[in-house]
Amino acid sequence: MKKFKMFLLLFVLMSAVFTGSNSLYAASKSITITGSTTVLPIAQMAAEAFMDIHEDISVSVRGGGSGVGIAALIDGRADIADASRPIKTKEIMLAREKGVDPYANVVARDGLAIVVHPDVPVDSISIEDLKKIFTGEIENWKDLGGPDKAIVTISRDYSSGTFEVFKELVLEGAKVSDGALMLASNKAVATTVSITPYSIGYIGLGYLSDEVKALKVDGVVASEETVRKGEYKLARPLFMYTNGEPSGIIKTFMDFVFSPQGQGIAMEVGFVPVK
Amino acid sequence: MIKEKLFKYLTQAAALCSVVFLFGIIFSIFKEGYAIFAEVGFFKFLFGKSWHPTHYPPEFGILPLIISSLVVTSGALIVSVPLGVGSAIYISELAHPKAKEFLKPLVELLAGVPSVIYGLFGMAFLGPFVSRVFGLPIGLNAFTASIILGVMVVPIISSISEDAINSIPRQLREASFALGANKWETIIKVVLPAAKSGVISSVVLGFGRAIGETMVVLMVAGGATAIPRSIFKPVRPMTSAIAAEMGETTMGSSHFHALFGIAIVLFIVTFVLNLITEWVMRTKGRNGT
Repeated sequence: MKKFKMFLLLFVLMSAVFTGSNSLYAASKSITITGSTTVLPIAQMAAEAFMDIHEDISVSVRGGGSGVGIAALIDGRADIADASRPIKTKEIMLAREKGVDPYANVVARDGLAIVVHPDVPVDSISIEDLKKIFTGEIENWKDLGGPDKAIVTISRDYSSGTFEVFKELVLEGAKVSDGALMLASNKAVATTVSITPYSIGYIGLGYLSDEVKALKVDGVVASEETVRKGEYKLARPLFMYTNGEPSGIIKTFMDFVFSPQGQGIAMEVGFVPVK
Repeated sequence: MIKEKLFKYLTQAAALCSVVFLFGIIFSIFKEGYAIFAEVGFFKFLFGKSWHPTHYPPEFGILPLIISSLVVTSGALIVSVPLGVGSAIYISELAHPKAKEFLKPLVELLAGVPSVIYGLFGMAFLGPFVSRVFGLPIGLNAFTASIILGVMVVPIISSISEDAINSIPRQLREASFALGANKWETIIKVVLPAAKSGVISSVVLGFGRAIGETMVVLMVAGGATAIPRSIFKPVRPMTSAIAAEMGETTMGSSHFHALFGIAIVLFIVTFVLNLITEWVMRTKGRNGT
């Protein structure tokens, strides 16, 4: 009896070791994703759902920013670079030097919502007036039919992908006003606008809440529907850059991101699906 | 014998590690940062009035950032020196031993609060409060950041000053009392002058801590790059510019090098401050006591 127990114990231990090592070998295929914090929620949730289906592939996801992601792709430290802006010429040149060929996969679209403090009695704004506000040409709400109150302009930081897109779509090469507050995240902008009377800022669609009021831009409401239809003008693509056209397990992952389930994830975290 | 030698070498290696780290850091920030001085020019970088790193053409003048850092740090010292030195005097000279036992760890606990919590507090409570009280459009500004930084620096100034005051020999005070001075006169005219070097170095260290603090100013100072015309304007200290912009910038770009350039400036400032502290502690300390 004692011998039998020992045998049983040995058997259990052995099987534990074997199954353990099995899953270890199985997960040896891995994908590394780094980059934009805007794309991060999609990448993270997609990676989790993907690993539930493909137990033999492990996907690790990191943030850091669009620039960090693209640099990691170029250095070969990442298989996929998340970016909330298109890759720059300088980065493409750097990549070519190292034999990397960045390939853009647009995985979702994001709308930039223009938000104001709920008490601001303005409901709609033109892109032209937006530009004037953010370059400092208009400094008072009365110029836009509001009360005689100074406008508190809130922007994202100079190197954020969100700022880059805003710069391109709204400022059109003009300089952002020196007096604008430059904050470090979408969340910080949303919070600051919600607690600062007479403030205006811009955030990703996913960060909209009841605490801020979204303005119509050129008469169009910011929503998933208007972004998808191309009616809302302040919209941008979100990228996952790969080295060349995706192949192998990276293709398997990208296919998952583009599948109805993957696109559903993008929608769930507040973005607009592309497929 | 071998054990003893082994122990000596192990500890020696540990000590050398710090040196290696220090030189590694110096080497890497200078290596990445010098390019911007070559590209923009030393004076144009330090005294340029416009910071628009991602504009085309970019402008890399960090004067607004330097002024922002100095404004916020000076403001912090205005708050923290009276509070810090005052509490040091109270704790070491006046407080009942029971009160001392209670107060001292409490002040030190203040030093242990993570800076992000100070930042949250400033963003959610002090900022809106300041804007209401002063009728300002925005509460995230140099004034709010100064107050929070000031409170953060209090424990540093307080504990180092207190050590200095404590180290003044009892005889000095007794001599003063014997000459007919009361407690107030003794503290102001005898104890504080004798502890001068320690108090001064606590302030310099506090300055270094405040100018290097990142999280709080990132969250509370507002981040505007205009040269501030008053302390109620949002500002962008050097540390917050680095922290906010590094993550998304293109590695190897001029902007990237410029951020390292700021790091060099910041490093030199804190390095010089530390040297001053050392110098005050050594020379003045010997003469003073």
